[in-house]
Amino acid sequence: MGTLYLLIPLAPLLGAILAGFFGKQLGRKGAHFVTSGLVAFSFILSVIAFMQMDANEVYNQTVYQWAVIDNIKMEVGFLVDHLTIMMMLVVTFVSLMVHIYTIGYMHDDPGYQRFFSYISLFTFSMLMLVMSNNFLQLFFGWEAVGLVSYLLIGFWYKKDTAIYANMKAFLVNRVGDFGFLLGIGVIVIYANSLDYITVFERLGVAMGGDNNMLPLDALTQAWGLNHQDMIALLLFIGAMGKSAQVPLHVWLPDSMEGPTPISALIHAATMVTAGIFMVSRLSPIFELSDTVLNFILIIGATTAFFMGLIGIIQNDIKRVVAYSTLSQLGYMVVALGASAYSAAVFHLMTHAFFKALLFLAAGSVIIAMHHEQDIRKMGGLKRHMPITYWTSLVGSLALIGIPGFAGFFSKDAIIEAVHASTLPAAGYAYFMVLLGVFVTAFYSFRMFFLVFHGDERMDDHTLHHLHESPKVVTIPLILLAIPSVIAGYFIGTMVMGDFFNQVTLLPKAEHLHQVTTIMVDHERHPAMEVLREEYHGIFSFIFHGMIALPFWLALAGVGAAWYIYMKDDSIADWFYNRFQWLYKILDNKYYFDTFNQKFFANGSLNLGTAFWTFDKTIIDGLFVNGVAKMTGWTARLLSHFQTGYLYHYVMAMALGVGFLMAWLFMALSA
Amino acid sequence: MIPLSHTLIVAAILFSISLAGMFLNRKNVLILLMCIELMLLSVNLNFIAFSHYLNDLGGQLFVFFILTVAAAEAAIGLAILVTMFRNRRTINVQNLDSLKG
Repeated sequence: MGTLYLLIPLAPLLGAILAGFFGKQLGRKGAHFVTSGLVAFSFILSVIAFMQMDANEVYNQTVYQWAVIDNIKMEVGFLVDHLTIMMMLVVTFVSLMVHIYTIGYMHDDPGYQRFFSYISLFTFSMLMLVMSNNFLQLFFGWEAVGLVSYLLIGFWYKKDTAIYANMKAFLVNRVGDFGFLLGIGVIVIYANSLDYITVFERLGVAMGGDNNMLPLDALTQAWGLNHQDMIALLLFIGAMGKSAQVPLHVWLPDSMEGPTPISALIHAATMVTAGIFMVSRLSPIFELSDTVLNFILIIGATTAFFMGLIGIIQNDIKRVVAYSTLSQLGYMVVALGASAYSAAVFHLMTHAFFKALLFLAAGSVIIAMHHEQDIRKMGGLKRHMPITYWTSLVGSLALIGIPGFAGFFSKDAIIEAVHASTLPAAGYAYFMVLLGVFVTAFYSFRMFFLVFHGDERMDDHTLHHLHESPKVVTIPLILLAIPSVIAGYFIGTMVMGDFFNQVTLLPKAEHLHQVTTIMVDHERHPAMEVLREEYHGIFSFIFHGMIALPFWLALAGVGAAWYIYMKDDSIADWFYNRFQWLYKILDNKYYFDTFNQKFFANGSLNLGTAFWTFDKTIIDGLFVNGVAKMTGWTARLLSHFQTGYLYHYVMAMALGVGFLMAWLFMALSA
Repeated sequence: MIPLSHTLIVAAILFSISLAGMFLNRKNVLILLMCIELMLLSVNLNFIAFSHYLNDLGGQLFVFFILTVAAAEAAIGLAILVTMFRNRRTINVQNLDSLKG
């Protein structure tokens, strides 16, 4: 098994190296065959690994020991259980689809081989992240995906906006990663290990008690937190950066400057869900802190609702999908806060399929429109692009949670879990996610109607050249549409069943708990228990969904979008005129960017200028150059004594001797 | 018998004259050399006076050494003077100020 697991991440790495360093020799065809082939190989191996997996036994082995410092082992190792294998399947599958799609999308791009090299490298990094069995490798994968994201957002490096966007993404992610790194640091202080299972055990999970006796406690108690809160909070800040939660969400909409395939792969399906994965993987730690779970609920709910609201007024097709991604990530985070980790991970999976589908469909539309991204200049594309139309419809229906589609199951599970959660913040979160359902349906179908229905608003030239995209583009769309429908039917095993309850650590004594893949403290956080009790098979779940509030809210959203944008667009104008202030707030994205620009960017610029001025005048001017100037000045003054005339020197000597003798005489006589 | 002090006074006067000659002279390097000679001689005079007064021949012995050295020094000094004149076409001390700061 070890070799198999090792091959899965290394195959894409090989592809990345080949396409990256030998791109010229391989040529364009060679590059896409090698990289796509190796990712396909990796996907097949993941399927084999899934088939062969023994549900009772979790693979947890070290592959390579890098360093040992003071009993802390730094290793490369794999922890493969159902959570990992699910992530591996999702990552390799979506990545494969994107590889194939890219052949069509980037067809004429001069950086063809470079692009394939990057996305293969991304696949490798993401696999290392999800397969890791220790915090060091997790952090490696975390930073590596961040790096590839940076490289890909700025893929068109001659475009100023792209360079601005990738710098922004990188800097905002640094803020989150700083918290994440501090969290790992605190873990090392308390648990003295980097290995997941050892850490879970030592942090008092497996022991069922806590051991507050370590140095940071004085510090943390001063803030009313214990060390478990502190660790969970810092780790979650890392997740906020990567998974783009308010207020660290600002980089994700701008990341749409990159090519569309990577928006699908990295900024919708996989990388941004790394935060969700990480919190689920570390659920034994997060379960210990109600404070942080409340915090997670609030952040997630805020993101889910308010980011969706911005999506309503966006006109760039990719930005609408980007805000939708933010909002859906908010849903996942809310589920984490409600201790419904399995629901979050389930939504992660379904979302990966339908959001990748929506992005790739948007890309297909963009190709047809000759890189025009403004949905006001589209319309009526249904006639020209049937495959893109139908797959987008599937994706949109899955996104808004129409019963029977994948998104319905996962989103309903989340809403129900939040409803059942007993944490104080759950009330707010429940309200927000319910409103979010309406908003999601509204912006999704606003875009859908504007793009595919109604009048053809593009110019004549574009209109005459409209045609369906090539097969390399449409086949991934169809292949992604399939799981966007059927993935939801795994809810029975994945969320309600024991899929994620594999035992990763057996209790070492009778009074101790065991550690499972996703661990929920059912006494304090009963949400999942309630969900499981109410669950009576898939069909009653669908039926129940049909009469529940979220479904009607979604239908209302679709209806409103249809009426306003297809039937009578005077309403939109009336709204725009009546609620100018609201539009202004949304158009400025709640002034997050303005604030960041004013406060952080200009603030650091001013701080830098102030330090620079200090350095220039005080350090350089006064100390460094000042000393030199002073020496020069004194020397110039004293050099007047050097007349160069012999008789002056003689006189000085004579006077000197005279003084010396006088002094000697006085000294002797005294 | 001339008392010791008389001889010492003469020597001191000679020394002072040569010293004054050194820094009052604004014209000629030759005069400087001559002043140095005079200075050495006034010192020799002191040596001899003390040698006689203390009845110790060591002082007179020293004088011979000083005279030898003075002769060598005069030779070197004049040689330098000649070279200097060749290079700079002057032996005027007021023009010799290349050490001026």
